[in-house]
Amino acid sequence: MSTTSLTSRPGASVRPAAGRPARRARRRGPSTWLAAPALAFFALFALVPLLGVVVLSFMSWDGLGTPQWAGTENWSAVVADPVARNAFVLSVKVTVFSWLIQAPLSLLLGVFMAGRQRYRAVLSVLFFLPLLFSAAAVGIAFKSLLDPNFGVGSALGVDWLAKDWLGDPSLALGVVLFVIAWCFVPFHSLLYQAGVRQIPVSMYEAARLDGAGTVQQFFHITLPQLKYTIITSSTLMIVGSLTYFDLIFVLTGGGPGNATRILPLDMYLRGFRSYDMGTASVVAVFLVVLGLAISLGLNRLSGANRMDSQMEGA
Amino acid sequence: MRRSAARRSLAVLVTGVLAVSVAACGGGAQPGGPDGGSSGGGGEATAWALTGGSESVFRSSFERWNGANPDAQISSEWFANDAYKEKIRTAVGSGNAPTLIFSWAGGTLADYVANDSVVDLSEDAAPLLDRILPSVASNGSVVDPSGGEGWYAVPNNQSQPVLLYFNQELFDQAGVSVPTTYDELLDAVEKLSAQGVTPIALAGQSKWPELMYIQYLTDRIGGPEVFQRIVNGEPDAWSDPAVLEALTKIQELVDAGAFGDSFGSVAADAGADTALVHTGKAAMVLQGSWVYPDFLNNAPEFVESGKLGFANFPAVEGGQGDPANIVGNPANFWSVSASASPEAQKTAVDYLVEETYSDEAVDEFLSVGAVPPLIGLEDKIAEADDDSGYLSFVYNTVKVAPHFQLSWDQALPADQAQALLDNLSQVFLKQISPEQFVDAMNATLG
Repeated sequence: MSTTSLTSRPGASVRPAAGRPARRARRRGPSTWLAAPALAFFALFALVPLLGVVVLSFMSWDGLGTPQWAGTENWSAVVADPVARNAFVLSVKVTVFSWLIQAPLSLLLGVFMAGRQRYRAVLSVLFFLPLLFSAAAVGIAFKSLLDPNFGVGSALGVDWLAKDWLGDPSLALGVVLFVIAWCFVPFHSLLYQAGVRQIPVSMYEAARLDGAGTVQQFFHITLPQLKYTIITSSTLMIVGSLTYFDLIFVLTGGGPGNATRILPLDMYLRGFRSYDMGTASVVAVFLVVLGLAISLGLNRLSGANRMDSQMEGA
Repeated sequence: MRRSAARRSLAVLVTGVLAVSVAACGGGAQPGGPDGGSSGGGGEATAWALTGGSESVFRSSFERWNGANPDAQISSEWFANDAYKEKIRTAVGSGNAPTLIFSWAGGTLADYVANDSVVDLSEDAAPLLDRILPSVASNGSVVDPSGGEGWYAVPNNQSQPVLLYFNQELFDQAGVSVPTTYDELLDAVEKLSAQGVTPIALAGQSKWPELMYIQYLTDRIGGPEVFQRIVNGEPDAWSDPAVLEALTKIQELVDAGAFGDSFGSVAADAGADTALVHTGKAAMVLQGSWVYPDFLNNAPEFVESGKLGFANFPAVEGGQGDPANIVGNPANFWSVSASASPEAQKTAVDYLVEETYSDEAVDEFLSVGAVPPLIGLEDKIAEADDDSGYLSFVYNTVKVAPHFQLSWDQALPADQAQALLDNLSQVFLKQISPEQFVDAMNATLG
């Protein structure tokens, strides 16, 4: 409680002079027209296609000729399809496990990298490397490395590494989760590093004077202060998990069998392998609704409407 | 007050943008220019084709044509196999197809014909069609929307029968002779496993190489009629006992360790399955004849020293199918886009008749190890053949085959083909039983 009162609205008391012009500007408000270009682009490139997909989900179309009205046929077909249900379960799994793996890892890495000890800069550069590679490159690289016959396992003669990582249905999802984490942990630890560096040093000094150890400082200062970073990062992770496509497409193509066929991949395979644009659109609409619901839900839960800036003057 | 005014103006703006974009969409849906975009005016035609395989032959064929016909140029674009398959249908559907459309005939060609996307070549291409083995050429013949039959595609490269390739050295070490029956194949699997090699390399990650087993086994057990009933969409056509027996034999092979324990991560597009054979890690691979150039390129000393053997798929005892039947791709095909300008269409048709199987092109095909499906080519092939007799073997296999079954994923409509690949891979992984496969596939019919 005391910590929040320290940082909640320092601007009002510290810089009273700045308050007046700011308030006047707010009363007038920036012209709504300033948002017009952005809104126009949003409408053109997001809303219009989205509407098209909704319409298409009620039609039967194989990519050639004219779409035929199909009523709710596509919707009932997808609901009854075990492949779609499997895709939904897999998507939920990927989302939950991605968060469970990535959130703690990137939090700890971020806290570590925010420190000022020697060699951390060098290590940080190494941690950030995966951020520089495109998902397709990462996919191809891991696919070659994990190849049981010609990969790193058989090259080094390490038996446990020469497993059928991407070809065994019981292993493939785990490997995919690992590669996703490898790709995205650097980005999230970057967020956490920035978050940690915003925490006033005076708080740690005060805590040390009161005799708090490193672990206590972490749990009583760092973690609570990172609340909003955790929410931001988690929202990105969870909504991002729903849209993972390129990496899994390159790594496994949804296989072996349907072991890694998550919803976006299911949508793609329906649309561009089976040329069934109708049911593909159903999956797409479902993904949009799910993504919106989750991100709204997270905002509501975290009280985003009360998510005031912690920055002075901002 | 102000707020509502702002809102109103925003609403007007958004509506305006919507109207503009809807109009733009309407414009985009029109079949673009007269010849679908990228080519200029006059007789210029465009072509999309595949990289790898017979790419070099196509390239020099286009060059020869363009050199001799300055008024009727053909520009070409090149794509990898999977990327091409996904791009071409979208292009055809949106009226942006190239003049020359590369295809596998089958279900996709039937869709193009039903949609009036390709032109009837029966008359114009007759001089070319007369030179081609009928069992191959017939794949370009499709029932058109008016109910008549027309030739909407003509073969453009080599016949691609699926053959059993093997490593002679590993066969000798294990004391195995070339299997001529399914039981001998099982026996060979056992002996090769005992030697510590993978008996058969299988690119399970790519899924489509698994098709070759169900295609051959079904054909050997029940004959070509079984699959014909499936293509015709007859209810419960997948329930044929021949299909069930084929699937049971597939799982029998998996249980016997025929494909080793890591076929799920072997990918065919990288040539990993053929690499397993020429590096001596696996003894056999069942693949289309398009892998022979890969063997030649990646392991020339292996092929030249005579270690690469090849044979037709073994017979199944008591089966009704003729053991001389083959499966695979009779050839690839060119179609001519109906949305191209008449001049571009004429360029394309002239090119097909004069250049597709010109003497130069045939020589080039043979020099890369590819056998064109032409009538009366025996002498030329005997001349071009090396010690192994591979080219003659392929030519004769195709020539004497009573039936040449087009790969099932190409013969079937796209949605059924994808379901087939998914369910079959689960049969190989033993995630589903043959009965579950049959039920799932019957559900895709009708």
